[in-house]
Amino acid sequence: MLHIVNKSPTERNSVETCLEHAKKGSKVLLIEDAVYAATRGGAAEAKVKSAMADVAIYVLQPDLAARGMADRLIEGVNLVDYGGFVDLVAEQPNCQSWL
Amino acid sequence: MKFGILVNEGPYQHQASDTAYLFAKAAIAKGHEVFRVFFYHDGVNNATRLTVPPADDRNIVNRWSALALENNIDMVVCIAAAQRRGLMDENEAKRQGKDANNIAPGFRISGLGQLVEAGIQCDRLVTFGD
Amino acid sequence: MSDDMDMEEGGTIKKFMFVNRKAPYGTIYALESLEVVLISAAFEQDVSLAFMDDGVYQLMKGINTDGIEMKSFSKTYRALEGYDIEKLYVERESMELRGLTEDDLVVDVQVVGKSEMGDLMNEQDVVLSF
Repeated sequence: MLHIVNKSPTERNSVETCLEHAKKGSKVLLIEDAVYAATRGGAAEAKVKSAMADVAIYVLQPDLAARGMADRLIEGVNLVDYGGFVDLVAEQPNCQSWL
Repeated sequence: MKFGILVNEGPYQHQASDTAYLFAKAAIAKGHEVFRVFFYHDGVNNATRLTVPPADDRNIVNRWSALALENNIDMVVCIAAAQRRGLMDENEAKRQGKDANNIAPGFRISGLGQLVEAGIQCDRLVTFGD
Repeated sequence: MSDDMDMEEGGTIKKFMFVNRKAPYGTIYALESLEVVLISAAFEQDVSLAFMDDGVYQLMKGINTDGIEMKSFSKTYRALEGYDIEKLYVERESMELRGLTEDDLVVDVQVVGKSEMGDLMNEQDVVLSF
């Protein structure tokens, strides 16, 4: 499953609850305000790093740049553009948005 | 692959409509089909032709209209959500005794069944919301 | 309306899950997602509803909306059974965090843990979030 999260981890619990439900081998894509979760020193850093043992984490690069966070990405998090977003949705058998 | 898209929020207030549009554009660029974009909740407000956003910023309504017309995308506005929020096409306005209609080109008003149908017919249905 | 009634596609049955994570009345999502659920019944799909995080509050007993002058939709959850929508999953941890038990809920549900909820989500063809 591709899990898509769009709200900041310090605004809403969506990143947290997504990571608690995503099964091993699934993929998590952070878009819009959720990209803050993938930044070094951010509130969700520990949770995200720990989740990376089981799920692959992706960040929508234009959203990261739009928020001035491009140079703070947690190591091991993958960057995609909108084309890569489309590929992730197509490649996974199903998807879910955590709003 | 056939994509369905659900947009739950209105233009400018949330990023949902922007992200959905850029996703749809990228899907088409990759050779996929965007079968339907369904606008629900405040998402129906993406279909008003009365917006006048600042000229130096993106025109969310117009670019949806253009994308739909260029690529034959079915853009559906939920009738129940539209009625609550005051989005009308000409027929609806007549039916409801309203003195105006406001729907933009490329959008049509229809029932929630169109969303369920998109879920059935499409290979993937992606939700953009708040 | 006629759009929807013509929709019976031959054969395809998909697993649809409607995920509810927001409290009722503070926003419209709970009500409008229920409206999609009711329409989905006409399409004879394999429908389930998931209630987690603040979504569990949607199912509370004793809801009285007279003071806020909004129409209550509590009884609609009880009506779902009549539409053959019987798979209502409520997340145990979400209830516990909020001090709720099954006795507080207005309808019979299946209480599942986080892990099982994650498995259920994984199995779906279409997941709709509001």
